[in-house]
Amino acid sequence: MTAVLPSRPTVRPDRPVGGRLIDQFEYGLDAPICLTWELTYACNLACVHCLSSSGRRDPRELSTAEAERVIDELQRMQVFYVNVGGGEPTVRPDFWHLLDYAIDHQVGVKFSTNGIKLDKKRAAQLAATDYVDVQLSLDGATAEVNDRVRGTGSFATATRALENLAEAGMKDFKVSVVVTRENVGQLDQFKALTDSFGAQLRITRFRPSGRGADVWDELHPTQAQQRELYNWLLANGDNVLTGDSFFHLSAYGEALPGLNLCGAGRVVCLIDPVGDVYACPFAIHENFLAGNVRDEGGFQRVWQTSDLFQELRSPQTGGACTKCAHFDACRGGCMAAKFFTGLPLDGPDPECVQGYGETALAARDADRTAPKSHIDHSHSGPVRGQPTLLGFPSIPAKLCDESPLAGMQ
Amino acid sequence: MTTAEPAAVDQDAPGAAFDPELPWQRARSVAMRPEPFGALVYHFGNRKLSFLKSKLLVSVVESLEQHPSVHATLEACAVPEAQRPAYVKALADLSRSQMIELRELPA
Repeated sequence: MTAVLPSRPTVRPDRPVGGRLIDQFEYGLDAPICLTWELTYACNLACVHCLSSSGRRDPRELSTAEAERVIDELQRMQVFYVNVGGGEPTVRPDFWHLLDYAIDHQVGVKFSTNGIKLDKKRAAQLAATDYVDVQLSLDGATAEVNDRVRGTGSFATATRALENLAEAGMKDFKVSVVVTRENVGQLDQFKALTDSFGAQLRITRFRPSGRGADVWDELHPTQAQQRELYNWLLANGDNVLTGDSFFHLSAYGEALPGLNLCGAGRVVCLIDPVGDVYACPFAIHENFLAGNVRDEGGFQRVWQTSDLFQELRSPQTGGACTKCAHFDACRGGCMAAKFFTGLPLDGPDPECVQGYGETALAARDADRTAPKSHIDHSHSGPVRGQPTLLGFPSIPAKLCDESPLAGMQ
Repeated sequence: MTTAEPAAVDQDAPGAAFDPELPWQRARSVAMRPEPFGALVYHFGNRKLSFLKSKLLVSVVESLEQHPSVHATLEACAVPEAQRPAYVKALADLSRSQMIELRELPA
């Protein structure tokens, strides 16, 4: 709990009265606006850029009864909806029960899935359920681009689930895309694909979190691509969801729609599968661990009184970025992106559009390695449909995908 | 996000025209969560989220149902004369996002 946070005043300033909402958010809320809850670290896939290094189930995972108690607490705190993820949340046998339990307790659920369990029956069930949102992950508008990072067969699985949802008459489901160097040129294609299912497109920023750190150099958009992305968002931003994750691009000039602020510990946080509460879903590292829902006082006490969250809830006052003319636009960017690339938290974002990030990355001590999270649930061996980005041979998703005689003379 | 005090922040949505002479109330499918600066407002039907940026605006929204019109509510909540147009605008925004709704008068 010794995060090297950007310098803030030693005596916490009083919350201002009135003024902009964003200034109020810097001082935190009594309960999160939305909260990410990863139900399991278990996953059938092994995406190269997984933000939570998921794969294997953690034996300390919250039980059904413990998860229900968390939902009871969220209802009391009036957290009106949660983003459920993983791992692959639907592989938890009690997933559908917890979904109903949350909805019955006025906690709406938006869950992210790779589609593995969304057959026609489940799609019909979801379409008939109010107050639930589904988000299918796709990281390429074509199988070729997608499967390199998410694994062979994953594009087919996701599009089958999309077909099932559309056929069942599900409304407002989403296709969620992490923008990378390889798919940033496909934004229009993603939009067309999403429209064809009557779904909504959601694109978010790729961060060097979890296994994302291992492939960040290779996959994060180049400076030129960031500019393209910014222009695309200015032109299409109203018809696409972004989770307000591209606020670092606002330093190009025009503010993007949404909240241009790091919400970590202020308006958002993460509950991980074992109940640990982190400042944000992209910050699974002991430095950003605020407490556990199993502790006395539960989630509410962690959210409202943990030292880490208290510390995050005041404006940044020092550091190189506060002197920059664009500070008000980007607010120094993403804390997790800085941390996992080994940059100081009060300095520029590694993808700073003014170019200060590249300078900072170049100036890092050669002997200083970027901090690595010790929380890693990655599969220890190869999985079916292993992604090919890293050059490992792929195991076919189905044995009949490849001829047994392939490669033989 | 740059709306002036005490405006409510919301996404645009079509709704009935706002008439401050009529009786209004917080919509039945809306919940308000108190926050240090005002309140967070959530609509369970359309899942829209808004923020009320002052505690006075929170009392105004909560008291709408006790008064025959918006003007009467502002009067009862002692909203300063000079700020009333801004409050009417904030309430119009809230009606557009269906956070407040017209109240049926008893026949």
